[in-house]
Amino acid sequence: MSEHEHVTSRAFSIALGIGLLVLTAITVKAAFINLGAFNPVVALLIATVKATLVVLFFMHVKGASEKLTSVVVISGFFFLAILLSLSLADYLTRSWR
Amino acid sequence: MATTVIPAQPISRPTNYLTNGFTLKSWLLTTDHKRIAILYLISVTLFFFLGGFFAMLIRLELLTPQGDLMHADSYNKVFTAHGMIMVFFFLIPVVPAILGNFLVPLMIGAKDLAFPRINLLSWYLYIVAGGIMIHVLLNGGVDTGWTLYSPFSTQFSNTNVIEAGIAIFIVGFSSIFTGLNFIVTVHRMRAPGLTWSRLPLFIWAQYATSLIMILGTPVIAITTVMLAVERLFHLGIFDPKLGGDPLLFQHLFWFYSHPAVYIMILPSMGVISELITCFSHKRVFGYKIVALSSIAIAVIGFLVWAHHMFVTGISLYAALIFSFITFFVGVPSAIKVFNWTATLYRGSISFATPMLYAFGFIGLFTIGGLTGLFLASLGVDVHVTDTYFVVSHFHYVMVGGVVMGYLGGMHFWWPKISGRMYPEGWAKLSALFVFVGFNLTFFPQFVLGYVGMPRRYWQYPPEFQVLNVLSTAGASVLAVGYLLPMVYFAWSLRYGPIAGPNPWNAAGLEWKTASPPPTFNFDETPVVTWEAYNYDEIEPKLEDGGIR
Repeated sequence: MSEHEHVTSRAFSIALGIGLLVLTAITVKAAFINLGAFNPVVALLIATVKATLVVLFFMHVKGASEKLTSVVVISGFFFLAILLSLSLADYLTRSWR
Repeated sequence: MATTVIPAQPISRPTNYLTNGFTLKSWLLTTDHKRIAILYLISVTLFFFLGGFFAMLIRLELLTPQGDLMHADSYNKVFTAHGMIMVFFFLIPVVPAILGNFLVPLMIGAKDLAFPRINLLSWYLYIVAGGIMIHVLLNGGVDTGWTLYSPFSTQFSNTNVIEAGIAIFIVGFSSIFTGLNFIVTVHRMRAPGLTWSRLPLFIWAQYATSLIMILGTPVIAITTVMLAVERLFHLGIFDPKLGGDPLLFQHLFWFYSHPAVYIMILPSMGVISELITCFSHKRVFGYKIVALSSIAIAVIGFLVWAHHMFVTGISLYAALIFSFITFFVGVPSAIKVFNWTATLYRGSISFATPMLYAFGFIGLFTIGGLTGLFLASLGVDVHVTDTYFVVSHFHYVMVGGVVMGYLGGMHFWWPKISGRMYPEGWAKLSALFVFVGFNLTFFPQFVLGYVGMPRRYWQYPPEFQVLNVLSTAGASVLAVGYLLPMVYFAWSLRYGPIAGPNPWNAAGLEWKTASPPPTFNFDETPVVTWEAYNYDEIEPKLEDGGIR
């Protein structure tokens, strides 16, 4: 990696870090605004954007040429999907709710 | 009389990983996977005996129907300490961190793991977490059970719940680092010619285990954080009064903790595959299906967690799904058991100590696994939930399975680890003590549970006493069986016969280097041109060498 790329990448990482902090501040601010049914939607949306930025850039998934990287990322989301879907299989079908 | 002083000549002996430095620093700052395995061996063994001490307190209390040894509160703390130590500080790390660390690079022809310093860091994290856990125990303990169920853990318990959670959080990262290391090592550092279809089944098992460690452990880590946040700041996560869900904790906890059972048992299954094929002197029956069954267990094991929650109020629909999938996870486990048995057929079987443990594993794991199917059945589960039937079931898997596999593996690879043979007669006697003691301890508990004795009670009706006395007597025999190897392994370090590189005439790269191995494992990187377990090309060894 050349010196120029190194500096650019460092500057980009710092900018991204600041961006994530701003998004965190927006999350906190949004928590004090009553959006009714959209409260969790907004919070989850911001969280998803933040997680995507971290995965793509801080975890170097964007630009990775390895197939193994894709497998690892897809596996992670696959198991998250299992956690959510099978938990919801309980929550959405409870007779006593 | 004049005497001539002859200067002492240094004795030249080949350097191996044990003789490569004798200072404390050379051990505490080592990045050699074999030395780190020894560090784990010492620390995990200490925690095993600490957990065993609490087990003995439980069994002593249950010797009589009255609560005459300790108060109910103390009993809660004792079984919690036993569970937390045995699960997080013994069963989860025992095979991967000791045998896995030692053997993964050796078995694939590598010089070390992919990230040696991360490997050392994982041991330090284990020690830090262990220190916190001991601090918890010395400061009054924790009384929630190892499961830390809310709302008791979040609202009512006055004990060191958060500190225990921190210990679990940290030791989880130790486990993640080990798994990460194994996955990258297996992908990147296999010797030339060692294709995936030639990998030892122990490696397949470690690989599958590592997948669970990486995918599951973060969930328990974040769950303990949520527990701490609700306990400290009263944020509504699990408490329904604050908008939380009381069963969410159990969903999250078991999403990790059921697959954690496979973190415990899969590595031991890998050990058993090695033992059965070596001491049958025959290629394992159905290599590919045994290898893939490890991956299948790792994946399907993530789909069954709510069978721990059938009586908690989860929906009937969800219960039916989880019940069905739980039956399904029995299939790859059964494949392994059938294939091990088929491997024995027309094999040249010898009954060395590791093989005795392998036979013990197959029998006890089968009982543990089949009683798991009882518990997967909704109707039966309602009857025996939270009884000693469940306690017995998981001890048949975790002690009858994991510990038998670990001890079998330790005896099998002890010559490689230490360069010395252990005394075979004593080892067979010890295996007998373990098998008899184990069954005497835990079989009565199946009966106790079936007739209605609940778990986690320090008193019980007098009619349960006979079975409890049998169980306590069995625990004493089991303790002797566990202490004996400590003595004769230590003895063999000095007095055991020199083992040689391959005392069992076993297949596998780890047997093609010296015992103990040199620091970088192989003088030259091996090139693999043969299939796994090519026993048809290896002469069986006869009794003249003390083996067969």
